[in-house]
Amino acid sequence: MAECRGLGHSVQRKEDARFIRGQGRYIDDVKLPGMLYLDIARSPYAHAKITKIHEDTAMAVDGVAAVITGKTLEGFKLAWMPTLMSDQQMVLPVDTVKYQAQEVAAIVATSRYAAADGAAALEVDYDPLPVVVDPHEALKPGATKVRDDKESNHIFHWEHGDADGTDAALAGCDTVVEQHMHLPRIHVASIETCGCVASWNPVEGHLTLYLTTQAPHAIRTVVALVTAHLGLAEHKIRVISPDIGGGFGGKVPVYPGYVLATAASVVTGKPVKWIEDRSENLQADSFARDYHITAKLGSKDGKVTALKLDTVADHGYSDAAANPSKFPAGLYHIATGSYDLENAHVSVDGVYTNKPPGGIAYRCSFRVTEAVHAIERMVDLLARENGEDPADFRLRNFIKPEQFPYQSALGWEYDSGNYGAALEKAMDMIGYRELRAEQAEKRARGELMGVGISSFTEIVGAGPSKTFDILGIKMFDSAEIRIHPTGKAIARFGTKSQGQGHETTYAQIIAEELGIPPEDIQVEEGDTDTAPYGLGTYASRSTPTAGAAASIASRKIRDKARKIAAHLLEADEADLVWEQGKFHVKGSPDRAKTIQDIAFAAYTNHPQGMEAGLEAISYYDPPNLTFPFGSYICCVDIDRGTGQVRIRRFVAVDDCGVRINPMIVDGQIHGGLTMGIAPALLEEISYDADGNITGGNFMEYLVPTAMETPHWELGETVTPSPHHPIGAKGVGESATVGAPPAVVNAVVDALWHLGVRHMEIPMTPARVWDVLNEHGAAATR
Amino acid sequence: MIPPSFDYHAPDNLEEASRLLLANPEAKLLAGGHSLIPMMRFRLAEPAALVDLRKIPGLSGIREEGGSLCIGAMTRESELEKSDLVQSRYPLLADTTRVIADPVVRNLATVGGNVAHADPGNDHPATMLAYGASFVASGPSGQRTIAASDFFTGPFSTCLEDGEILTEIRVPEAGPGSGGAYQKFERKVGDYAVAAVAVQVQLDGGRIAGAGVALTNVGLTAIQAGAAEAALVGSDGGDAALDAAAQAAAAAADPTDDHRGSADYKRAVVRVLTHRAASSALARAREAS
Repeated sequence: MAECRGLGHSVQRKEDARFIRGQGRYIDDVKLPGMLYLDIARSPYAHAKITKIHEDTAMAVDGVAAVITGKTLEGFKLAWMPTLMSDQQMVLPVDTVKYQAQEVAAIVATSRYAAADGAAALEVDYDPLPVVVDPHEALKPGATKVRDDKESNHIFHWEHGDADGTDAALAGCDTVVEQHMHLPRIHVASIETCGCVASWNPVEGHLTLYLTTQAPHAIRTVVALVTAHLGLAEHKIRVISPDIGGGFGGKVPVYPGYVLATAASVVTGKPVKWIEDRSENLQADSFARDYHITAKLGSKDGKVTALKLDTVADHGYSDAAANPSKFPAGLYHIATGSYDLENAHVSVDGVYTNKPPGGIAYRCSFRVTEAVHAIERMVDLLARENGEDPADFRLRNFIKPEQFPYQSALGWEYDSGNYGAALEKAMDMIGYRELRAEQAEKRARGELMGVGISSFTEIVGAGPSKTFDILGIKMFDSAEIRIHPTGKAIARFGTKSQGQGHETTYAQIIAEELGIPPEDIQVEEGDTDTAPYGLGTYASRSTPTAGAAASIASRKIRDKARKIAAHLLEADEADLVWEQGKFHVKGSPDRAKTIQDIAFAAYTNHPQGMEAGLEAISYYDPPNLTFPFGSYICCVDIDRGTGQVRIRRFVAVDDCGVRINPMIVDGQIHGGLTMGIAPALLEEISYDADGNITGGNFMEYLVPTAMETPHWELGETVTPSPHHPIGAKGVGESATVGAPPAVVNAVVDALWHLGVRHMEIPMTPARVWDVLNEHGAAATR
Repeated sequence: MIPPSFDYHAPDNLEEASRLLLANPEAKLLAGGHSLIPMMRFRLAEPAALVDLRKIPGLSGIREEGGSLCIGAMTRESELEKSDLVQSRYPLLADTTRVIADPVVRNLATVGGNVAHADPGNDHPATMLAYGASFVASGPSGQRTIAASDFFTGPFSTCLEDGEILTEIRVPEAGPGSGGAYQKFERKVGDYAVAAVAVQVQLDGGRIAGAGVALTNVGLTAIQAGAAEAALVGSDGGDAALDAAAQAAAAAADPTDDHRGSADYKRAVVRVLTHRAASSALARAREAS
């Protein structure tokens, strides 16, 4: 029989046939008869009282059908909506805007152009109010209060670990390093912006919502909860998430535009489309990062012993972070990373400012990027302070392979790891010792080169139901597999691919388990009317949860297939042997039935007393998270004249457990590394003192292109997850998480002899040149 | 990102284009559109009408004639990249065209548009100043030739009169001992320059007989750095002369603080790039001797 090409095969991506031909079906491709278009008028001020909205100025534009304001929505109790973190945010303001580019009114029109003209024509009177943009200022007594419905700008204090024990351990260290660092606001900048088409059927009382969402089922439930008082129930809501052009966490939240389009469709009885433009996407959609971290790391006799992180988290005007509900700072407490240390304490204080809300997990499992940045920078500093090479220091202080499963000081049970092997492989690949020798020579000649390491540990696959839920819904995920009579199959999942290649990867898992070739398996996601309930795709959770469900459901099918095979072969079940794709009678390999034979029999000749059909469903509740890891080494050269950092080489050794499709894994790492160097060197969304956004378009928000992207050199080690059915761990985010500190460590390494100990990101040429200039190292030619 | 409505005209001769411009004071010429269309999408420009030049014959092409390299105003940037003549004999121009935006933009963007839009961040204005180029314009009162040094009057403004259209760019023909280079420093591909420097030199018996030095995006217009040119002319092109020219160019720059860096930083970059561009221009000129 033909090779079934299950695990470990670089099967061509099934979805690429339509993507590379331009035949994907994205949200803006959804066109319904009679459809209206919605555009949004936005605030020019970061904080202002709205004194009047002159709706007539927009209504005067030819083609404008309706203007929706906060007062309109207030009548339906829809002006505010809940966030995932038990806060609330405005759909439209009733009286005050809280950040620049906030939604002020929605314009509904018969064409996209008329809607845009209406939004531009709308006149709004504002009384500007004082603005607070710096979270540290926001915490001071007497600071401008961002939220009228709150006591202060302090949203929450969260801490984890043993504070006293950590302080005592730090006091007992012979070497302690302390560093402040800021991970600035960045944006996922997915190529497809967000949007929806809301289609209300007044006769059926039914809402179909085509939506760019990574979590269609969760959205359906949230919509049902938010609109229950209006009589819309969950069985009357269908969410369809079509092809998605990149999500990266930015398509998890509910944005006001979705609610507005829905309200507009209900009011007009017509389908309403809202597609945001690039500027709106960058200026108003949920941001990521924006953590101000003060870190302390100590060692005694060269052994890392204690970590302390104190953090101010800028959430904008509402805590609209996308975290599991019990984790206001996500999984930030993975911060002890790859190191065996006994004492740790982390704290986070969330703060309101006059900026857009958010705090999403940008290609990262809930604040892991912030945690990895902190520990990997600090380990580098501590190594130097100990007078040791950062590679050697890491190798000595890693958690050892025999310590797994490992209980971290902050309460996680790491499933498996072999950190030293990954770092040593990366060092071999890049020629680490040779680079150090080259660096010494270059330094003597006045040239600047640096080598930086990041040996990260990720935590993905949220998550076990005892601790992980979103608004109470447990974070399992699901697979439903039906084998057709001819041996072909359809498989549906609660997750939603945004480019990850689920249609191929899931098919390969089923192929491995059942021996049905991937091309014979149709994979579907994203339609809540057909897919089983699941929490969606983000935080590298699809393979750890829904991928596991695919295995378990396949095995249920195999169990039934064994009974049918026994019937067909007139043999005892116990005497049947499974080899990929067929059962044979023990000792008689010729007496066999293939899975295709069995599928046909399941509908044509099933045993009496057994139900017909061959299908199964699994809702997989993971027993633990998975802990992918890796070691990255980055080599940079710095132009002393311009301050430009050039990445000469970048070696990435990843261990994501068992690899399902190595080509897709490589692709994930390539993309993740590119998104990882971006905040290190280029990307930042910043605000001036008046709260005006700078970096709100692609001329200022510098997304790397192929020209800025170095050649990636990939390596792998394989340490299976002991608790996942096929030993896989998840890989979508490792590179985004692991890359930034490797670049920072490399640049600081290049400048170390000048006295430089830290660089904030992004390390723009201007910022690097300022440092060179301060240290008398800038060149004039 | 959606422009307001506008009228669209695509005349097939210059006279008609000129007439349309005069008849519609709020009209804009459309060449490659890669500056104008983005401004319209942001509603920073809201022209009542566009007069598209694409149907007018004779506005594009590259040829040497009468002691000049003549470039039609509608010549696409990518045509400069593909031109053997430009690539082999006009290295300053070849350098410049390779760093304007990105290949997709260069396939449509025009040389004339890059010049006449007069964005201080555009690259060709400095190039043309360094070359000592001249521009041919056609309008209601006939045709005239304008020196590049007279052309740029302010940010996004030129000395073109109402109804006047840039039709051709004339660069002095390359001869033995001439060479040039464009050094642009940008944050990423497609960005406007943090700073850029164009240098064109003419060697005569080992000494620099003529020099053009001009700067991009460090002032309200492209800046011709006369003192830097003076520091080079008459010298042997040694390090001392290059350092003096680089310092003079930095002094001539008039940058402001912005996202690309502080004014001090930009001046420092001008100094570095002037040195590098001059070194490269001299090496090429020696090769062409």
